[in-house]
Amino acid sequence: MEALAATVSWDACLIVLPLLGAIACFAWPNAAKKLALGTALAVLVSIASLTIRVTAAGAFRHAVGAWGAPLGIELLVDGLSLVMLSATAIVGLAITIYSAGYFKADVSSRFWPLWLFLWASLNALFLSSDIFNLYVALELTGLAAVTLTALAGSADALTAAARYLLVSLLGSLTYLLGVALVYHGFGSVDMAVLAGRVESTPVFWAAFSLMFVGLALKTALFPFHFWLPPAHASAPAPVSAALSGLVIKASFYILMRLWFEIVPADYSTFTNFLGVLGAAAVVWGGLQALRAKRLKLLIAYSTIMQVGYLFLAFPLAVAAAWRGALYLILSHALAKSAMFLAAGNILYCAGHDRIESLDRIAQRLPMSLAAFAVAGVSIMGLPPSGGFIAKWLMVEAALKSGQWWWAVTLVLGSLFAAAYVFKVVGYAFTQAEAPHTSIDVPAAMEWAALALAVAAVLMGLIAPWILASMEIGRAFPGAAIP
Amino acid sequence: MNASTALPLLILASSLLPGLVIFFLPESSIRIRTALNLFGAVTKLVLVAVMARGVLHGVDYEARMRLLPDLDLVLRADALSLLFVSLSSVLWLLTTVYAIGYLENSPHRSRFFGFFSLCVTATVGVAMAGNLITFLLFYELLTLTTYPLIVHRGTEVARLAGRSYLRYTIAGGALLLVGVVWLSTLFDTLEFAPGGFMAGTEAASRPGTLIVIFALLIAGLGVKAALVPLHGWLPKAMVAPAPVSALLHAVAVVKAGAFGIVRVVYDVYGIEFAANLGVTQPLVMVAAATILYASVRALFQDDLKRRLAYSTVSQVSYITLGIAMVGPIATIGGIVHIVHQGLMKIALFFCAGNLAETLDIHKVSDMDGVAHRMPWTMGAFTVGAFGMIGVPPLAGFISKWYLGTGALAAEQGWIVLVLVASSVLNAAYFLPIVHAAWFKTPKGKWQDKRDRQRLETRWMLLLPPMATALLVLAVGLLANMPLSPLEWARLITMTEYGP
Repeated sequence: MEALAATVSWDACLIVLPLLGAIACFAWPNAAKKLALGTALAVLVSIASLTIRVTAAGAFRHAVGAWGAPLGIELLVDGLSLVMLSATAIVGLAITIYSAGYFKADVSSRFWPLWLFLWASLNALFLSSDIFNLYVALELTGLAAVTLTALAGSADALTAAARYLLVSLLGSLTYLLGVALVYHGFGSVDMAVLAGRVESTPVFWAAFSLMFVGLALKTALFPFHFWLPPAHASAPAPVSAALSGLVIKASFYILMRLWFEIVPADYSTFTNFLGVLGAAAVVWGGLQALRAKRLKLLIAYSTIMQVGYLFLAFPLAVAAAWRGALYLILSHALAKSAMFLAAGNILYCAGHDRIESLDRIAQRLPMSLAAFAVAGVSIMGLPPSGGFIAKWLMVEAALKSGQWWWAVTLVLGSLFAAAYVFKVVGYAFTQAEAPHTSIDVPAAMEWAALALAVAAVLMGLIAPWILASMEIGRAFPGAAIP
Repeated sequence: MNASTALPLLILASSLLPGLVIFFLPESSIRIRTALNLFGAVTKLVLVAVMARGVLHGVDYEARMRLLPDLDLVLRADALSLLFVSLSSVLWLLTTVYAIGYLENSPHRSRFFGFFSLCVTATVGVAMAGNLITFLLFYELLTLTTYPLIVHRGTEVARLAGRSYLRYTIAGGALLLVGVVWLSTLFDTLEFAPGGFMAGTEAASRPGTLIVIFALLIAGLGVKAALVPLHGWLPKAMVAPAPVSALLHAVAVVKAGAFGIVRVVYDVYGIEFAANLGVTQPLVMVAAATILYASVRALFQDDLKRRLAYSTVSQVSYITLGIAMVGPIATIGGIVHIVHQGLMKIALFFCAGNLAETLDIHKVSDMDGVAHRMPWTMGAFTVGAFGMIGVPPLAGFISKWYLGTGALAAEQGWIVLVLVASSVLNAAYFLPIVHAAWFKTPKGKWQDKRDRQRLETRWMLLLPPMATALLVLAVGLLANMPLSPLEWARLITMTEYGP
């Protein structure tokens, strides 16, 4: 097994396989479901093999076609990219299984190629080692995501998708402008090269500011979050799951890479500013989620809140906080997609997702409600979920560095989360009768949601292993020396 | 994996696995569900007995799993955890029998028994937790698994009670979390140890921080232990079905809170260290205030379960009072009351449930003469009530005796006055019920319905209160026998205070 894992370029497979799958799904729409499932499994095998290789041999760079940087394209595999790729693969598999039941025939033929294309561009993004390739992958991800949002076809969805398109383009162009400035100023786009050359000059800070604004826009950091709730709430459920679980993490991933590898030193004013924006996102997202009347909108606002948590890692600025933020990205990817898939089941069955009328449908779909509740455990950060580990690490970092106010923000956020999760879960416990006019939900769709939710909770029990994987190649400052 | 590692895990699994299976059973498969429930409960009891035997013979039971690079999840059996584990597994078996009888023909039973089993799993986890983080894990799990039981009926009142419960417990859990994380930044270990892990460490020289953390922890635990003013959820939660109330009040939730306070004071801070820090005396004050306030409130409740709920608030604080008094005799009284209060209160709630289920009696004012119709139930109720008042030789007397003499030994005579006042109040809110039930003329409609059945109600409802009432008598009468709760409490206290 290990010999095989060493000879095949599993990293390249992660990009090529979904691309081939997308083309095949486009060419043979009738067999699309089987092709997509096959592709998802193949990607899973690739990521497993890649994990074996990286765990054994450490981080590596792969020059595509033997053309290394600065001329050719290099793929970078270290702990950070590995965990992002794995989360994408797991969530991707669940979304693929779920979508096989979700989409009607007419939409289905358009969904499969786009979805696999999105998957390929996400994988490409997590493997890129230079800031220009990151841009290309980011742009492709954004375009695929926008088109998928529009698939719902309703007026709401089209408006939201149009707005999402504008924001997405604006974000990536701003980022590109920053990339151009960096290239002009320091003569390279490769991150490893830049790490040695970048100095704290006005040009660099101008460039970084542009890149930051572009990425914050795409990550939906408060106050750049306005486009997210309508887009994520009106997209088809499996697409919402991918958008909230994976796509917004892609731009945050780029931001982390830049921050870890290129940005010369920490500036506490700036990091505190980021922390304040994050705290504002926690409070605002929490309040709006509590006020939401529709389930998918509630889940979308919850995403804004969780994005806020991520930015608290900047002022905390120690390894533990970054571990926490990364852990949050992973557990949130699982939990949030589980929530969206569960909400999709409710929509599918009842034809609506009004929270106040959930009680009857809850009688029909106890498993989907359970999936929502179990995912909620992670979103609330209660033990033993992945969300708990993340919260523990970040609160610990806050208390250790004497910045107790960020700990207060984190705890306040989990109280908000508990309030809006139980606002929904409470509807499972009423005396309402099950409705007679509802559509049966395929079992695979219910199981996909529940499996992701359970995975998000169990993630808390394998923390040492995941934390060790993250630190392969010293992907972030303060990570343990191998 | 050897036996000493496997046993704690098996004890968890004996209720976890049946619970998970039960969720997926259709409503109609009553036999499989009942079989699974009873199998789980009996298995747990047997496993606990094996473990108790092992602990007496000096076997070290410990299961350990890495949670974070510098933090383990630990399940361990020491004398204190064994006390709580035995209590909950004995009472779980009885409550399961009771619940099966009580919920006959009601909807959503698979959901109910699923969460019921998870709830006990969480309680047993709390009992066997070997460090603070493990404790926190199961403590939060307990919150999550009891909520569905409280709102089980799905009425508007039940859902309101559920919301109130969540507000209190989630906020309490958050405080507890902050306290635990903070401790983990100051100390290398979070493991419970006799005498605590603080004395003599570097961080011990920061009294201010440690006092704040103590307040956070006690506030977080005090919510479940229903310390005034954090008790508001408990009287509301009595809308839950009777077996749930029994579980909440006697075995699981309030007990987990009180047990946590014992752990924090003795095995985290260490009693001497805590006393030097000056945090035990305020705890005594809060406990004393809770005892008196809740007893007074209980006087004015006409709803029987509500009166019992306030009585719980008052009685559970005996535990806190005893363990915070800093003296071995009082500590024995506090720890033994974990068991005694559980037995007495569960008997009372079973009886209240029988009255409601058989005769539809919910109010104290409707109980006139009810003992003629249900003599066995009211007999058990009377034993429980007398126990609460502290009539010798019942369980409550033993607790109060040790608490009282402990207060004198600790030179805190005023506590004796609190105990006396509390007993008078207990008598004032229990004796009228007992008197009305036995000696007043029946006025309820149920009188006409009486048929010549052999039992006054279903046997599954009658057996548990009788058994627990008998236990109330037994633990009092046989207090000095080996293996009695009192002897365990002595053993625990000896390890905590050292030779």
